[in-house]
Amino acid sequence: MKKSMISLVAAAASLSLVAGCAPRTRELPPEPPSSSTPGDLGNQDSTIGGTAVPGSRADFLQSVPSDRVLFGFDSYSIDAEARAILDAQAQWLNRNPNVRVTIEGHADERGTREYNLALGDRRANAARDYLQSRGIAANRMQTISWGKERPAVEGSNESAWAQNRRAVTVVPE
Amino acid sequence: MKMLSSLKPLLAGVALLLVVAPAAAQQQAADRPVEEDEPIRVGEGVTTAIPIAIPYMPTPRPADTAAGNTQNLGRQVAEIVATDLRNSGLFTPIGPPGLPAVSFPQVTAPDFGAFSPTGANNLVQGFVQANPDGTLTVGCYLYDVTLRSELTRQGYVVQPPEWRRAAHRCADTIYSRLTGEGGYFDTRIVYVSETGPARRRIKRLAIMDYDGANHRFLTNGQWTVLTPRFAPNQQTITFMTYQDERPRVMVYELDSGRTRPLVQQPHMTFAPRYSPDSRYIIFSMAVNGNTDIYRIPVSGGSPQRLTNSPGVDTGGSYSPDGSRIVFESDRSGSQQLYVMNADGSDQRRISFGGGGYATPVWSPRGDLIAFTRTGSFQIGVMSPGGSGERILTRGGFAEGPTWAPNGRAVMFTRGASSGQLWYVDVASGTTRRVPTPLGGSDPAWSPLRD
Repeated sequence: MKKSMISLVAAAASLSLVAGCAPRTRELPPEPPSSSTPGDLGNQDSTIGGTAVPGSRADFLQSVPSDRVLFGFDSYSIDAEARAILDAQAQWLNRNPNVRVTIEGHADERGTREYNLALGDRRANAARDYLQSRGIAANRMQTISWGKERPAVEGSNESAWAQNRRAVTVVPE
Repeated sequence: MKMLSSLKPLLAGVALLLVVAPAAAQQQAADRPVEEDEPIRVGEGVTTAIPIAIPYMPTPRPADTAAGNTQNLGRQVAEIVATDLRNSGLFTPIGPPGLPAVSFPQVTAPDFGAFSPTGANNLVQGFVQANPDGTLTVGCYLYDVTLRSELTRQGYVVQPPEWRRAAHRCADTIYSRLTGEGGYFDTRIVYVSETGPARRRIKRLAIMDYDGANHRFLTNGQWTVLTPRFAPNQQTITFMTYQDERPRVMVYELDSGRTRPLVQQPHMTFAPRYSPDSRYIIFSMAVNGNTDIYRIPVSGGSPQRLTNSPGVDTGGSYSPDGSRIVFESDRSGSQQLYVMNADGSDQRRISFGGGGYATPVWSPRGDLIAFTRTGSFQIGVMSPGGSGERILTRGGFAEGPTWAPNGRAVMFTRGASSGQLWYVDVASGTTRRVPTPLGGSDPAWSPLRD
């Protein structure tokens, strides 16, 4: 009893430390960060007009029809539309051989949390495998699954779900 | 009063908690009215709620303590006991308001005649006393009104900030004595607190009493965290984090305070769950688009692969004797439940319904497996052999069951974009919302506290 209670307290304190937060005087959490939640928002194009630097994220977004491919419900197969998008991405990546990308896999909300993590992983890997088949070296691509944790569009309707079932190719800024 | 010796350890622990969690405001959550569903009758196991009178508890001498005046505490303890018992669905508490006042001498010599007209079968009396060393003693007595006899008594010595635990233990004692089952009120919930828009949801680990009181955050929300689970021995918590954008399972050691990755692997690891002896964790690992279940000692080592189907095998949960594991797999084309031996052998499908099944969790009693029915997103239970399926929840968007330590109640997440925590008593079907300061998801019920 004593042992476990003490350890819980210590653990609570240490988790805060691990997470880099100062002791809190109030129990309300901080406001969500206003920008740059890292790694989970796909590409954000900050270039306004002008010519993008070759190999940059802006260049990528200007050069391909889309940075993302969409999937059917509970599916991770790459359809014709997705192939066309990934073909264009592969061409750009072949033109910019030093760029490494992260492919994010996402699911809509109509799946359990853990299954959707696996489904997002399948989607990210399906997109990666296709790009690899188009000549992109595997070591230039890493994958991450966000499951249903980071929808692109909020809402519980067919349109939102369709846009959230996606694999996004993210080029570093 | 017996039990005083066994409660000595409580003192030390409580004193420490005082340092970390003094905020009286944390208890506001529990004081909010709970929302209530219309009870769902689930068929077998339905019992008639037991009428039980719970008058306010007196104090031998009103005294101010760190938790308030003992007179006021006596009222609150009685209210918590009544709320615990009512929320189980197995009792119909009468009072505390409206019942005859109980004097301190009457606590051990009840005026049974005064409570006969209430129709109560049973009577709970008690007291709260301030001790010279700053502790509180809470006495808890259960009587049979008809037989005019004492059924059980317990006494708890606690530091003032832990006074609610004494009330929950009193309720556990009564629940246990009258139902023959273990209680579940002196327990905690570790869960994921949620806030902000879905696209940028802030998710933080949080811990609280089962009724929402004594709420504390354990992480600051910098990284998304998912699916925390208590070790049965309460020495570690395992959870999944996106820390450093590497989604993986972590183990949070309560003794040392360290947080460390469970597995040194470049692949995503998730869906962790402890073995009943707390020595192992089974988890899922996604390797090149294929997810399987693995087992690893909590202390570290190399993972042992338990499944090897080309589909998604995840959501593993041990039987209480540790000999078997229930898990979900889409190897048949839809998500279904399977049971295998703990070494991965003899994998057998146990669910066959349309729409799919996910997140199976084996009851601590061993008699039922709770699951999420996908498609409709409801919580249900079935036997480990797959028979006797019944749905416990109404409406949709329910997901991720966790069992109370006595195997009689299931807590779960409800809500698609904004989660809430609810629990349902499996026997009575009574459903309650657990108050949380923000949104909540992925609850995990602790064992009964020592």
